[in-house]
Amino acid sequence: MAFDTGLAVLVLGVAVWTITARDTFAAVVGFVAFGLLLALVWVRLAAPDVALTEAAIGSGVTGGLLLGAHTHLRRTETAAAGELPGAALRLAAAVLCAMVSAGLAAIVLLLPEPAPTLAPQVAANIATTGLGNPVTAVLMAYRAVDTLLETVVLLLALLGIWSLAPDRVWGGFPGPHHDADPQGVLTFAAQLLVPVGILVGVHIFWVGSVAPGGEFQAATILAAMWILAAMVGLVDAPPVSRRWLRILLVAGPAVFFAIGLAGFAMAGAFLAYPPPYAKLLILTIEIPLTLSIAATLALLVAGPPERAPQR
Amino acid sequence: MANSATAGGFLLVLAIVLPVMGALLSLTLGGRHAERIALILMPVGLTVAVAIAAVVWRAHNVLQYFVGSWDPPLGVAFRADGLSAAMIVTAALLISGIGLFARAQFPAQGGAKARAPLVFWTLLLMVWGALNAVFIGGDLFNLYVALELLTFAAVPLVSLDGRAETFAAALRYLLFALLGSILYLLGTGLLYGAYGTLDIALLSGRIHAGPVAWAAVSLMTAGLLAKAALYPLHLWLPPAHAGAPAPASAILSGLVVKAPFFLVVRLWFDVMPGLPEHAAAQVLGGLGAAAIIFGSILALRQARLKLLIAYSTVAQIGYLFLMFPLAVRPETGHPWATAAWTGGVLQAVSHAFAKAAMFMAAGLIAEALGHDRIAGLAGIGRALPITVFAFGLGGLSLMGLPPSGGFVAKAMLLTAAVAENQWWWAVVVLAGGVLAGGYVFLVLARALADAGEPLTLLSTISRSRQAVVVVLALCAVLLGFVPLRPSELLQIGRPGLPIAVFR
Amino acid sequence: MSSPTLYGLCGAVLVGLGLFGLIVHPQPLRKIVAFNLIGGGVFLLFGVVARRGAAAGFGGDPVPQALVITGLVVAFAATALAVALLLRLFHETGRATLRSDG
Repeated sequence: MAFDTGLAVLVLGVAVWTITARDTFAAVVGFVAFGLLLALVWVRLAAPDVALTEAAIGSGVTGGLLLGAHTHLRRTETAAAGELPGAALRLAAAVLCAMVSAGLAAIVLLLPEPAPTLAPQVAANIATTGLGNPVTAVLMAYRAVDTLLETVVLLLALLGIWSLAPDRVWGGFPGPHHDADPQGVLTFAAQLLVPVGILVGVHIFWVGSVAPGGEFQAATILAAMWILAAMVGLVDAPPVSRRWLRILLVAGPAVFFAIGLAGFAMAGAFLAYPPPYAKLLILTIEIPLTLSIAATLALLVAGPPERAPQR
Repeated sequence: MANSATAGGFLLVLAIVLPVMGALLSLTLGGRHAERIALILMPVGLTVAVAIAAVVWRAHNVLQYFVGSWDPPLGVAFRADGLSAAMIVTAALLISGIGLFARAQFPAQGGAKARAPLVFWTLLLMVWGALNAVFIGGDLFNLYVALELLTFAAVPLVSLDGRAETFAAALRYLLFALLGSILYLLGTGLLYGAYGTLDIALLSGRIHAGPVAWAAVSLMTAGLLAKAALYPLHLWLPPAHAGAPAPASAILSGLVVKAPFFLVVRLWFDVMPGLPEHAAAQVLGGLGAAAIIFGSILALRQARLKLLIAYSTVAQIGYLFLMFPLAVRPETGHPWATAAWTGGVLQAVSHAFAKAAMFMAAGLIAEALGHDRIAGLAGIGRALPITVFAFGLGGLSLMGLPPSGGFVAKAMLLTAAVAENQWWWAVVVLAGGVLAGGYVFLVLARALADAGEPLTLLSTISRSRQAVVVVLALCAVLLGFVPLRPSELLQIGRPGLPIAVFR
Repeated sequence: MSSPTLYGLCGAVLVGLGLFGLIVHPQPLRKIVAFNLIGGGVFLLFGVVARRGAAAGFGGDPVPQALVITGLVVAFAATALAVALLLRLFHETGRATLRSDG
């Protein structure tokens, strides 16, 4: 309990720093720290799958994205600082937000005891899904349609980002070109780290059916490894108009849709799995899904095309 | 309730799956094929939409489907009642019309020019799929994902042209929309924490008045109001809708902005039937009234046609929220509650057609003249008579003049207001009609004015595009021939509401 | 007070903090960071709901946990789109501000 109190205070402290820091760089760094601390909180709340996802996506990849953005926007800092609203407005906002927090805190204290839960129903039905990890069962079986649509949301965000490119570089290479420095320390570290990271990613994917893990966490690790390799120049992003890249991105949701529609014939409903084959079908969905999500996450960080494709 | 794996249920799944898979196919095949995929899917999707409406009408009951054969609360349910059916058909008709209109603007291309057509047609299909997901979603978290899908499909449409000011408008739209989503999600979490389910039908049975339910619904409503651009959270809408290319503006103002309104209706009438306090409904109505008055006044002051139409959207959205103080507490048995219900929904549907037609007409005018300054519209009435006529027809609905869907909608709201002794809403409706007349006639007067010398158009506007615009405007007019009483279709799925009889 | 309730209160404060940052900061990048903070608070509340629903041998109710995973992914996609829009706005106009006319 003392540990939890200390952790909660630390989380709030870092959050306050993130909001009140003058310098945007400090705020972004604070946000990354916040995310990692939050991952610890998730472990304390007996949610290891969420902890992995928070650390990987919420803190890691988001932090990288924000830091990259800050580098570009550094010059606008001084101009923006002058637009800070007056003290009266800040006070009013502070009062409003304090009231919102107080109201929410009251609601938290008023939540019913004993708490309603679906855990028994999850446990009762998990045998038919062939899975051991209940969170994976919810994601891939009971509420599979949410996961399916969420994958489409990811892809849609990528298309939205690509749409921002000027016409002349449409279909081109996302992000600037990084030159490889074969003697560099970073290159060496990447050459060591990337294969290990890929193995870790595959492992997390594989155990996700019975232990904490799963395709989102694995995909993030794979994406992060790709981003690392690209940063040191070991690989370059392909032009976004390449057919194979499009197929890679779409394969995951496409297979998910296909198996979902096949469920009409096999098990009588969209996204239903006939029990003897449930685990096999889920695995068949998860493998291309992980690859598609990894590619989508990596490209989301890479940004819109910046270099024209070679014709 | 109709059961899960019926043929009807298959239709609900198709309504979402077809457009989304089409969009994925577009993304794979590229700009050369995106237009064709969309055009092939339009009649198919329209058939599915009409089929859903037919099944709901024939069964006179809600069409229900449990995804994956998992029963709620563990699984996710799709449900289509009369309201869903009406919105699904409206969306299918509008998307088809806008698609036909946009063929000339976003022709299939490859290479460097492929960006705009690929993005437009793919996002058009995604918006369609997302809208259907919102209209048939029976689970609050599934609806959150559908809302996000809709937002991510709509925002890039704003900046499709690539002009600098559209990026700012799109970013502001995105930030408002994200704030709305996170507030909605927060409310959803509180509801689950209190009742252990997110299924709308199950929640309606378990929910009871209390601080947790109030807080949750308030948060979710606030979030949805930000997405619906209800006053005072409307600031993002005019630059976003005015900055998008004309077909995109039509989708945004006609359909996208109706989805959060639809969810507020679901929340207030389906998740907590009979619970909302009269006072809370009056607040919502008050914001709607403010939207009507301020939106119309701001529209009158605009110098550019597309901005005028966008501020008009802000005003017309206000009418939608007048429905709440007039239709809440149906268990009092007051028959006028159902008139208000029909009036509100009819307003949503007829405004969708009218506004889409007006934005597309403005787009054609801008293409012809090279600008959309209202002061410079003189002579366009003679050069593009069909287009200006369509604009006028759309304006009839906005003003609430017969024959138009807008007239029937506003008449129902007026009657309900007077019958329930809430006459202040009647004043607002009438004032809004006068103000709308002001800005519609402002534009028509300039357009029909004599330019002095004959106008040289920058480009020829094809007859077929003008025809599409007129057809959509005529749909808004045709809705005016709906009988002036509560609609039986819209009553399907409404528990405990007696059908009123107009004398 | 049990530790889930403690974290619940923590989440409530985070939502307020993030909302404050969203309102007060003029720079869109800070607004995006603040929005992620609000998200963190909201997800934390889901996590508290999950922990309170521990039953049937699980440490927490798996349904809210799964919803948080979905939400985290969607929030990242939103951040990526917002950042890309912001950077494009900056490249086009040289300014990174939403304070324009209208």
